Amino acid sequence: MTDNKVILEINDLKTHFHVEAGIVKAVDGVDLRLNSGIKLGLVGESGSGKSTIALSLMRMIRQNGTISGQILLDGVDLLKLSQEEMRRVRLSQLSMIPQGAMNSLNPVMRIGDQVTDGLIDHGQSMNKKEKENIVGELFKIVELPPKVMHMYPHELSGGMKQRVCVAIAISMRPKVLIADEPTSALDVVIQRQVMETITRLVNDMNLSMLLIGHDMGLMAQSVDVLAVMYAGHMMEMGGVKEMFADPLHPYTIALIESLPILGSRGVFKGIPGIPPSVINPPPGCPFHNRCNRMMPEICPVQAAPYREVKPGRWVSCHLYN
Amino acid sequence: MPPLVELRNVSKYFGGNPKKNKSVTTALDDMTFILEADFPHIITVAGESGSGKTTMLMLLLGFYEPSEGEVLFNGKNIWKMDREETKDFRRSVQAIFQDPFAVYNPFYKVDNLLSIPIKNFGITKNKDEARSIMENALRRVGLRPEETLGRYPHQLSGGQRQRIAVARALVLHPKLLLADEPVSMVDASLRATLLKQIRDLNQELQIPVLYITHDLTTAYHVSDYIMVLYRGSVMEAGDVEKVIRDPQHPYTRLLVNSIPWPDPSLLWGQTAEVVRGKTILENNGCKFANRCPHMTEICLQSPPPLYRVHEGQVAACYLYQGCNQIEKANLSEMFPNRPNTTQEHSMDVLQA
Repeated sequence: MTDNKVILEINDLKTHFHVEAGIVKAVDGVDLRLNSGIKLGLVGESGSGKSTIALSLMRMIRQNGTISGQILLDGVDLLKLSQEEMRRVRLSQLSMIPQGAMNSLNPVMRIGDQVTDGLIDHGQSMNKKEKENIVGELFKIVELPPKVMHMYPHELSGGMKQRVCVAIAISMRPKVLIADEPTSALDVVIQRQVMETITRLVNDMNLSMLLIGHDMGLMAQSVDVLAVMYAGHMMEMGGVKEMFADPLHPYTIALIESLPILGSRGVFKGIPGIPPSVINPPPGCPFHNRCNRMMPEICPVQAAPYREVKPGRWVSCHLYN
Repeated sequence: MPPLVELRNVSKYFGGNPKKNKSVTTALDDMTFILEADFPHIITVAGESGSGKTTMLMLLLGFYEPSEGEVLFNGKNIWKMDREETKDFRRSVQAIFQDPFAVYNPFYKVDNLLSIPIKNFGITKNKDEARSIMENALRRVGLRPEETLGRYPHQLSGGQRQRIAVARALVLHPKLLLADEPVSMVDASLRATLLKQIRDLNQELQIPVLYITHDLTTAYHVSDYIMVLYRGSVMEAGDVEKVIRDPQHPYTRLLVNSIPWPDPSLLWGQTAEVVRGKTILENNGCKFANRCPHMTEICLQSPPPLYRVHEGQVAACYLYQGCNQIEKANLSEMFPNRPNTTQEHSMDVLQA
């Protein structure tokens, strides 16, 4: 099912915002490759730039932001498309499940109409009967009862609303699905049900998925490849099992050690310090002032290159020169 | 001596009286719970949204008045106290809330959060003394006063702000700390540090903590005991190690099986006992019956009592009919005051 075709390639992506205090380097030179049929998890703390990457891919950042670099979706550079061309790419080839389903549906529009809104905008015409069929089919995939299409958002629970958002996102069978914290507002039980639906349909439809979040537990459960971001930079990437078993970057090591696991009750390992500001950030590795293996002669001076240290394993750290 | 706080047959309804009106929400259903003053343990109150955990917190803080039953502090009903007693109650029961952004007024420096309680409760009138109380409280939660005082909330991270909220509780020398999802909005790398601080305070100051959460992974790590609520009733309670490792009630099993453990070898798997929430059938029996894979006739007839499934673990489920029952009012027996047996809480914060 999974071939090695690269479906999404990001090269040296920089998304900077110009604010009064200076330049916010929210994403500062990120490289990422997503193979066809793969579920890639992107983790990072708040402010690390993970959501900015998602919005940059969709080209939906605020007016004061600039995106540079290359975003190749199936060979086409999204940053070179006109606004109108980009509009046609969204939903049909690249779509997104937004964070917080509670707020992303229109409260005064029936669910069914919201699901087909995008399809109609992309030039599909349909009569009432066809519309019900299309929505019914999508609801079957996301495990919603058909009657939901005639309801309004306030009649649905959080989990159901999130399923509606999933149905909209997959309505045109995009090549790449971006899910930005799709379950962050849900209870554990519902979270598991929604997440299992998403992973199942991604596998069934052979989509590629970029799952963005901060919950390492959810990542361990759902993705094939894990990428770790910190302060606008990519720190490490690799297969999810290898990443948990043998993390290389000191940040990844500390992050994994800080997680509560079964069996070591009452042991707390936090990471001291706080992430650096991304407004006019200091030179060097962004993690150097919290790193327990910092090398004073190089880490505060020069950022480590991001490179492949073994097949499929990328890391940005001077320890692995 | 009367217990520090006691919920005595407390129910909380929203929308009227359930005997007259069927559509009333019962947020907490006949809960009896006793907490002694000399009880240096952390009890988790766990459940999904709508389970009644926040209602329980609001009742304990005196923000909600119970629909039935009494909330007692030092043996006195908190709704019938005089001015002095109320002040003592307000000072003794302190809370840390979920959102480290919402508790601050953005126009005031963070000092305000610490100096106002000192002033209002008359801890000291001397300015220098007040300052040193504030500084000590901040040091206690691992903050450097010179980097914190004089700043505005937006200049600090969520983790720092949440620690100041803990420091605020400390300046009042509380006898009970209520922590409502204190780490759910804090980044993963800071979560462990904050939980460790709450644990350390609990141990050093010997004060009980109620940790209210839906996150069973942190509950497992930080607490000694747990009670699991569902739609206002206790489903399972006892020693956290037993309840999380070997849950007995079908609802707790569902919750525990849904934990996304950060370990790719512990996948959500075939362990599933997930029954989709069908429409809630009103019945007089077990509230979980219509989601339960083991539902039988008896479950719909009367609410199950608490059965002692193991030493230190009770479950309100007819699957354990063979076991001894304990009275609902004696729930607190499940939280014995014993020397701490968990592993020593190592000061294992990585060195900077």
